[in-house]
Amino acid sequence: MSDMQDYNSSLGDAASRKFETFSYLPAMSAEQIRTQIEYIVSKGWNPSIEHTEPQNASGSYWYMWKLPMFGETDVDAILAECEACKKAHPGNHVRLLGLDNFAQCAGASMVIFRGDAV
Amino acid sequence: MAKTYDAGVKEYRETYWMPEYTPKETDLLACFKVTPQEGVPREEVAAAVAAESSTGTWTTVWTDLLTDLDYYKGRAYAIEDVPGDDTCFYAFIAYPIDLFEEGSVVNVLTSLVGNVFGFKALRALRLEDIRFPVAYVMTCNGPPQGIQVERDIMNKYGRPLLGCTIKPKLGLSAKNYGRACYEGLRGGLDFTKDDENVNSQPFMRWRHRFDFVMEAIHKAEAETGERKGHYLNVTAPTSDEMMRRAEYAKEIGAPIIMHDYLTGGLSANTQLAQWCQDNGMLLHIHRAMHAVLDRNPHHGIHFRVLTKVLRLSGGDHLHSGTVVGKLEGDRDATLGWIDIMRDSYVKEDRSRGIFFDQDWGAMPGVLPVASGGIHVWHMPALVSIFGDDSVLQFGGGTLGHPWGNAAGAAANRVAVEACVEARNSGRELEKEGKDILTNAAKSSPELKAAMETWKEIKFEFDTVDKLDVSHK
Repeated sequence: MSDMQDYNSSLGDAASRKFETFSYLPAMSAEQIRTQIEYIVSKGWNPSIEHTEPQNASGSYWYMWKLPMFGETDVDAILAECEACKKAHPGNHVRLLGLDNFAQCAGASMVIFRGDAV
Repeated sequence: MAKTYDAGVKEYRETYWMPEYTPKETDLLACFKVTPQEGVPREEVAAAVAAESSTGTWTTVWTDLLTDLDYYKGRAYAIEDVPGDDTCFYAFIAYPIDLFEEGSVVNVLTSLVGNVFGFKALRALRLEDIRFPVAYVMTCNGPPQGIQVERDIMNKYGRPLLGCTIKPKLGLSAKNYGRACYEGLRGGLDFTKDDENVNSQPFMRWRHRFDFVMEAIHKAEAETGERKGHYLNVTAPTSDEMMRRAEYAKEIGAPIIMHDYLTGGLSANTQLAQWCQDNGMLLHIHRAMHAVLDRNPHHGIHFRVLTKVLRLSGGDHLHSGTVVGKLEGDRDATLGWIDIMRDSYVKEDRSRGIFFDQDWGAMPGVLPVASGGIHVWHMPALVSIFGDDSVLQFGGGTLGHPWGNAAGAAANRVAVEACVEARNSGRELEKEGKDILTNAAKSSPELKAAMETWKEIKFEFDTVDKLDVSHK
């Protein structure tokens, strides 16, 4: 049994709370965020930024940061909006979505800046 | 001029072989692989299949003349060689849309795969494909929710969904069963699943199971902050009982239920799918008995037909085979029926075994479910083959983890996310899979242990039912 690890997760431990895609990987590096933005742009999806207090993360609707960036393909411009949202809402989860208007569904959705565990 | 009555047996080809016929947009088209008895001409056999699957009977009857049989009859309009097999040929048959009750795949199958399959002039017969005209498609209810709605309900975007079938298949008590579900869900799975033969046996009655599993879902959701589900199998001895179980699942807040569409029957399935749509429930479909129908290359019904039938009858998930796991499945053919499940328009593509263009109109798609004999080492190939719109289901590959279900689930969750992240970054998953997983395991001891447990396991049997592609 000594080799066996306990699975460390509980109701009492806020760090057990996840937030869907990529939340089981380590927090994304700046370079990884840029690559994922490039992917969203390459798919022709509309980038969109949302944020929330971590305790409210499980609902369908987070706060939209401005409007979705329809037709925006400049990776630096998208990245700058992500940073601006993070700066305005420190401590919140900030997620980046790629909105596929043909499927009318997010093709990608990932928390790129992680808020404080609560 | 009116026809006269001429009693007796006629050659089928006089009436049902029509090589000059151009199929109409509204015709239902079928491709059969026909293995005739020796010495019977191809045209006669093709015509016989058209007759026996539509208006014909073995002899002329006077009541034929009370109607316009030339309108209602099935028409054998083409014959083709089967590449690499001289014992059989393809017969293409067009049926006028009036022959089929609206919204009833039951009625379509009763005609097309009815008496004709026991016909003496044939040694064997296989229904390879059906083109459902879009006019007919739009009379069917189809998947209760569809892929996009399921993503919105479950809040899962930009990756395949993860599931796990609870094992052992039979014999667990409801409370122990709920424990196995809870452990998998808290470890990072989106869904756990009843095995198909879990219905309501003496060791675990359905209602007891539903209650414990719901408690597992609620706790795992509170603990992880993510949405979870369990396919509660409502397959039952009668459709009344099936509906009773479905109603209870809804009452306790379950997001998804499950049905076996072949053993349970297509009427029951269609009824349940319509109820699911009316009640905002997702419907997972299992396909027990399919291999009885679809595995023999010369006789039966190809799985691509059973796939179309399910999409029309209704279901949000359908087991598709894994290509890489322990169960049968040729890669190109599997890709063909995965397209049939998900796409809104599927082009004829013989290299994938697809004989007709198929327009699905406004009908939502079905998520293919890859399940059976797969584990973390298969993850790169699975993400590459199936893409995001799929459910990857690891039974033994979750529960068999040396540290238990939660660790097994976490290993699979980390692996799938690492593969998606790598794919989005432009990396080739099937080539770089080992590197991607090894790197992800650095921050996940659960994944590392899983990779050590399953490294050596491989399933390398040849496929029994291959596509007909080798040319003479």
